[in-house]
Amino acid sequence: MSDGELNLLRDLDYSVVQQCMHCGMCLPSCPTYATTLRERSSPRGRIAMMRAIADGRRELSRSFAEEMYFCLGCLACQTACPAGVNYSELFENARAEVERQGLLDTPKRKRIRSWTLRWLFVERTRLHLLGRLLRLYQRSGLERLVRASGLLRLLPASLRELEPLTPRISRRFTASLHARSTDPPSPRYRVALLSGCVQDIAFADTNADTMYALRQNGCAVRLPEDQACCGSLHAHNGDGEMARDLARRNIDAFAPDTVDAIIVNAGGCGSHMKHYDHLLADDPKYAARAKTWSEKVKDIHEFLAEINFRAPKAGCGFDQVTYHESCHLKHGQQVSEAPRQILRAIPGLDLVELAEADWCCGSAGIYNITQPETSMRLLDRKMGHVRNTGVRVVATGNPGCVIQLQHGGQREEMDVDVVHPISLLAAAYRGEGETL
Amino acid sequence: MLSSEASIQVPPLAYIHTRMNDEIIDGLRAFLRDEQILTADEDLDVYSFDGTAMLHQKPRCITLPETAAEVSRILALANAENVPVVTRGSGTGLAGGSVPVDGCIVLCLVRLDKIVELDAKNLVMVVEPGVLTGTIADTASAAGLFYPPDPGSIKISTIGGNVANNSGGLRGLKYGVTRDYIMALEVVLADGQVLHTGSKCVKDVAGFSLRDLFIGSEGCLGVITKVTLKLIPQPASKKTMLALFDSMTAAAGTVSAIIESKIIPCTLEFLDRVTVECVEGYAQIGLPTDCEALLLMEVDGHAAEVDEQAEQILALAKEGGAREVRLAQSADEALRLASARRTAFSALARLAPTVVLEDVTVPRSELARMVALIEDVGRRHGVKVGTFGHMGDGNLHPTFLCDERDEEEMHRVEAALQEVFDGAIELGGTITGEHGVGLAKKPFLPAQLGEVGIAMLRRLKDSFDPQGILNPGKVFD
Repeated sequence: MSDGELNLLRDLDYSVVQQCMHCGMCLPSCPTYATTLRERSSPRGRIAMMRAIADGRRELSRSFAEEMYFCLGCLACQTACPAGVNYSELFENARAEVERQGLLDTPKRKRIRSWTLRWLFVERTRLHLLGRLLRLYQRSGLERLVRASGLLRLLPASLRELEPLTPRISRRFTASLHARSTDPPSPRYRVALLSGCVQDIAFADTNADTMYALRQNGCAVRLPEDQACCGSLHAHNGDGEMARDLARRNIDAFAPDTVDAIIVNAGGCGSHMKHYDHLLADDPKYAARAKTWSEKVKDIHEFLAEINFRAPKAGCGFDQVTYHESCHLKHGQQVSEAPRQILRAIPGLDLVELAEADWCCGSAGIYNITQPETSMRLLDRKMGHVRNTGVRVVATGNPGCVIQLQHGGQREEMDVDVVHPISLLAAAYRGEGETL
Repeated sequence: MLSSEASIQVPPLAYIHTRMNDEIIDGLRAFLRDEQILTADEDLDVYSFDGTAMLHQKPRCITLPETAAEVSRILALANAENVPVVTRGSGTGLAGGSVPVDGCIVLCLVRLDKIVELDAKNLVMVVEPGVLTGTIADTASAAGLFYPPDPGSIKISTIGGNVANNSGGLRGLKYGVTRDYIMALEVVLADGQVLHTGSKCVKDVAGFSLRDLFIGSEGCLGVITKVTLKLIPQPASKKTMLALFDSMTAAAGTVSAIIESKIIPCTLEFLDRVTVECVEGYAQIGLPTDCEALLLMEVDGHAAEVDEQAEQILALAKEGGAREVRLAQSADEALRLASARRTAFSALARLAPTVVLEDVTVPRSELARMVALIEDVGRRHGVKVGTFGHMGDGNLHPTFLCDERDEEEMHRVEAALQEVFDGAIELGGTITGEHGVGLAKKPFLPAQLGEVGIAMLRRLKDSFDPQGILNPGKVFD
């Protein structure tokens, strides 16, 4: 290593790397270690590799890069770690350095990265445009035609596996659903909602349900118009620069000092948004506002539990539900009890616990695209547990998990509904009018 | 008369080994898949350490056998080529016993992970060495049976590692240690031959008990490839209690009072203030962080007996000066308390980058003196120490919190350690209760065993492994 050369792992505060005392307590929590039983696929092994680089004993290699992308980034190891290692920071810096050095670059990978990270998931208008095109394809009969024609067989196997993962696009996006319910006359709280990317175009109803549930609990809900993608996709995939840029744009759009809370209903987004303070710590213009921002970001379940949400008086139409924990809700934000509390509060609804509820479903951002084989193995494991509960309804608080589990249902030919817990709560609130 | 001593002195075993080379790796490829042989730089890095602070050495290659037959072929090849072999499981050891030696093959057994048989008629379970201890406990429990040894790392430690180190745990006082639950072993010897020793019979005196030689042999005598474990019926009931004290002496006094009353709790753990703070920092279960000593106690057995003993213990703790006593109100709460205690070692890493964990053990009657000695040593050498441990069986875990990059501080830690070991031996104790000798405690072993003891270890090693290919340089020279 030549001195003074930039290296994100070497520039990292050494205490973060040194915090790992390699006791191995993280190993049983790691889905990739369970798959290979090779130390390099474990959190302890990955940190040891990063430390070798931070110490200047090793240079980054292609094999290191591949291991960093084999990691799901599910952060289960962070929950398991008694020593308090900040794996998330290590992992993001490692991937960023891999990208900076271009270790995995191929023309195709570069094109896809630049198209998704630098074009699509940047402006909501672009995502909306893609959403409308996809919906047209799905609704016009073209999709049915393509599927029936066998044209899909021309795709490579890995892509063919993925085609069913394309989410159903909503008829209307979040902004046009803002007026579906109205703010209470004298609100107790003023909150702003992140509409998200996938959530916005594929699960706009979840956003409408979130607004409805908030309004039922005395909140005035604002939907900032200029909001951008939260940037988690970028941060987890080694594009720190774009992640910071998006964070700044969101802080401008939401004006955190004007609201009591910034609400997120996607576990992955929330986990990342809570770290804007860290992300922008060195930005003199934004550091202070980023700190306020991070204090105000709340997962929807977490927020409702904190304000002692009102228990609904009617049921939600189902009598049994099981709960799958989104990794970044459970491990990233340590929000685990609140969603269960909400589900248990719904009259007539029985919460059946899922074995390994906090084990990754294999969605992991875009992991099901980048590592389809491991992703599907994890999904099969998850669906096996769902089957064992004998329950038809799975609730989960992250759109990536919803898409993945829906796909799991199709793959295993299981009759399952995958819903956001807040949609069940909203359905119960709506049912009150009918029963009263 | 001591004159016989001279006649059984055995000089240090000086082996000259071949370094693992590409040709020998090709030999491995004859019967292992490429994916089972790791030689990349990254792999050599990540298998260069175990759970012990500061010790690391890169191996030349790592093998991941999946059957005992593969283990046997690897050893036969290594023995023929005179290459050292270091066996490991999950690599959670705390004495450097599974840290590689230069130029060696690492034999990693985590893929031998099948439960071969649960024989409820004979109350035994037969497992491969890579099965996790926690899996064994859960499997036994699902059948209404009980496998008591529960080292702190139970969720990830492998049974093979437990046997090789004769691991203890939180239930030692009432239920003993790993050795008390081993009925039979299958062992691959240094030259690849397979030895079966022991049986499912409770009584078995056919020949010397070779089985017992392998328990705690730290990978120096053979490689364990199958373990027959003794199980016992699950206790019908248990109760967990917590007592907080303003002084360590009061806590130690309470422990003595409990045992004098002829109550044998299954768990009698203590944590000092530093440890409680760290554990609470991680687990956040509402432990008070302003007491000098916390006792975690558990009794199990028949419901009536358990109720009576729990009452007695709570009364004794109050008499002994406990500031507060608590009875866990649910199985969940009890589990949370026990799990929190298991994280103590790793949680202490919150305070310092390097955590040197020891496991000196003294006869129970000397506990209070040993605890005082540790505190005094820490103070005099200016080293931060957190202490926790198994008060019921005299096994303490003084944990030195330091920074390995600070050379001057590490010298002070070394001096403190020496005094702690000397003190333990003087009080009739041992330098290691459950972690083993490995590399970390090798320098201190002669003081405890004496010349005759070390000489006999060397003789034994020499008869099982004449070329010294198995974990050379560990335990003794």
